[in-house]
Amino acid sequence: MIGIYAKRVLCKNKGNASVQFVQLLISGVAQGCSYGLIALGFVLIYKATEIVSFAQGELMMVGAFIGVAVMAYLEFPFWLAVIASMAAMALLGLLLERMVIRPVLGQPAFSIVMLTIGIGYLLRGLVTMIPGMGTETLTLNVPYKDVTMAWGSLILGAEQLAVIAVTTVLCALLFVMFRYTRMGVAMQAASQNQLAAYYMGIPVQSINGLVWALAGMVAAVAGLLLAPITFVYANMGFIGLKAFPAAVVGGFGSLLGAIVGGLVIGIIESLSGFYLPEGFKDVAAYVVVLIMLMVRPNWLFGERLVKKV
Amino acid sequence: MRFIFKTSYLQDIRLARHGGHVFWYGLLGLALLAAPWGLPEYWLAQLTFVLIYGIAGLGLMLLSGYTGQFSLGHAAFLGVGAYTQALLTAMGWPFFLALACAALLSAAVGIVVGLPALRVKGIYLAIATLAFGFIVEESFARWESETGGNKGIFLQPPQIMGHAFESSEGFYFLCLVIAVACTLAILNLLRAPTGRAFVAIRDSEVSAQSMGIHLAYYKTLSFALSAALAGIAGALYAHKLQFITPEQFGIVQSIDLLLMIVIGGLGSVHGAFLGAMFLIFMPQLIGLGKDWLPESIGQSPGLQTFVYGAVLIAFVMFEPLGIYGRWIKVRAWLQLFPFYRRGMFKRQKSFQKSERLR
Repeated sequence: MIGIYAKRVLCKNKGNASVQFVQLLISGVAQGCSYGLIALGFVLIYKATEIVSFAQGELMMVGAFIGVAVMAYLEFPFWLAVIASMAAMALLGLLLERMVIRPVLGQPAFSIVMLTIGIGYLLRGLVTMIPGMGTETLTLNVPYKDVTMAWGSLILGAEQLAVIAVTTVLCALLFVMFRYTRMGVAMQAASQNQLAAYYMGIPVQSINGLVWALAGMVAAVAGLLLAPITFVYANMGFIGLKAFPAAVVGGFGSLLGAIVGGLVIGIIESLSGFYLPEGFKDVAAYVVVLIMLMVRPNWLFGERLVKKV
Repeated sequence: MRFIFKTSYLQDIRLARHGGHVFWYGLLGLALLAAPWGLPEYWLAQLTFVLIYGIAGLGLMLLSGYTGQFSLGHAAFLGVGAYTQALLTAMGWPFFLALACAALLSAAVGIVVGLPALRVKGIYLAIATLAFGFIVEESFARWESETGGNKGIFLQPPQIMGHAFESSEGFYFLCLVIAVACTLAILNLLRAPTGRAFVAIRDSEVSAQSMGIHLAYYKTLSFALSAALAGIAGALYAHKLQFITPEQFGIVQSIDLLLMIVIGGLGSVHGAFLGAMFLIFMPQLIGLGKDWLPESIGQSPGLQTFVYGAVLIAFVMFEPLGIYGRWIKVRAWLQLFPFYRRGMFKRQKSFQKSERLR
């Protein structure tokens, strides 16, 4: 109701409309950055191991829960909670890779996708079973809570600024790693041809472990940054499903693409939530990705997909 | 041990390979026919659900297990079937006509979803179907004038020739007949050239294409048939529950369906029904196990999710061919006793190779 009313007022007042548009754009960018942040995790694993992880959303949820838990029970300050959560998630990532992913390495992609879905279920079930926390909706007490930046008539929350800043930095760091370090190049080699990478003396298995640890850390960061915006609850991982369209729009194997895809999805969602009838906001991302896949797959930043016999 | 000497091609493609098949499947058929007299009401309802999920599983098995195209939005077809049935029977259409319409409409939707499958594969296809599933679920919720939105709609019991199938026995027999018909149709399809074409596409698209198989046609056909079966299952599901809401056809249901065929055994018709049994009876088993666990764990809503995840992981790691694969091993052990070797079904070590090319 309020939305419709606001729309009418806007139509009368042209001057306000442009400010409103910019405000929508910026909130879309902020939302898009959080999708991009989760999509970074997908892309990281995909680029380095050619596995599509459906458990990334759940890893993010576990990271956020760890953050909340150490702040509530061990009374850690925020920065220490971030470090603790990242370390714990890196360990969890290593453990998952060693126990579950490594034995099925080289099996068809479908089995591995099912495996990650299983991991997601397992983690969500485990977290729900934690007495006193699992079924609650929790808040993370971040130091920058309720701080807003006003820029003329534009208003932006510090939570969203933090997401934008960290996403940019993280993307740059990962890009540099894949482009310029020996480790990053080795990761790409291992994903493109495991056997050849073995022959070149790349320790493919331990590299995969490292990738999962890294993905766990990225998930922890995403979880902690999204916690003030979305709250922390066991089904938080379903936001991960919104990040899939972002990763696809950007082309699955591209870090920069994940961010751009996230921004595209975020902005479209925010604009369609205002200008289109109710209900379109929730599916706008999926409509975009479906049309894109039908019309022209690998649109932005995509690689060619060619199957050799 | 049993040796079968094949003397004609017809013998090679016969549905019942030997007398043992005839005997055991005959026994199974008799047991299913006698079930309403031997089982209490509650278990009969569960068995009906197994049959309904089995039909949906057959559809997904045809698509994922035999054609190699996987779908993360299959619940949407279930939903299309369910809502079509609900709306048409409310308008007074006869049951079988409405069922046929539900199947046809689902198939038509399946063809539309199959379109991206012609251009993309693997993970991109999974995401396209996922996206489609979300869109359909949202449309059910928003198209309130017809579907009742999130409040859901009620259905009448099915009516055939003026006879209402109100009792659970009657509806069970209806489901049994439809499930058997669907299974026979799928078995028949799989031994026909069409089914062979599907399997060829699954094993290698490039070699299938070079054997003269029209990829676009067969992939679309597979999507359409799979969606039609899901539509039939959806229609029966709607009648069984007599009340449907959009959220029954969301992502969780889609993943349940996928989980069902993976646990049952990819690439086997048995797998669809074994998986359906798993999906229906697992909550009962968990319910039994609850009393043994400490209360904080046993009463938690997360227990079922946890068990499903753990079982799925265990199957992918240790038994990629699912329950049916395990049965094949047991059967081989029995047939070859005492000559069964451990390494007989060992998986070949393979290395992953990228499909991305610069």
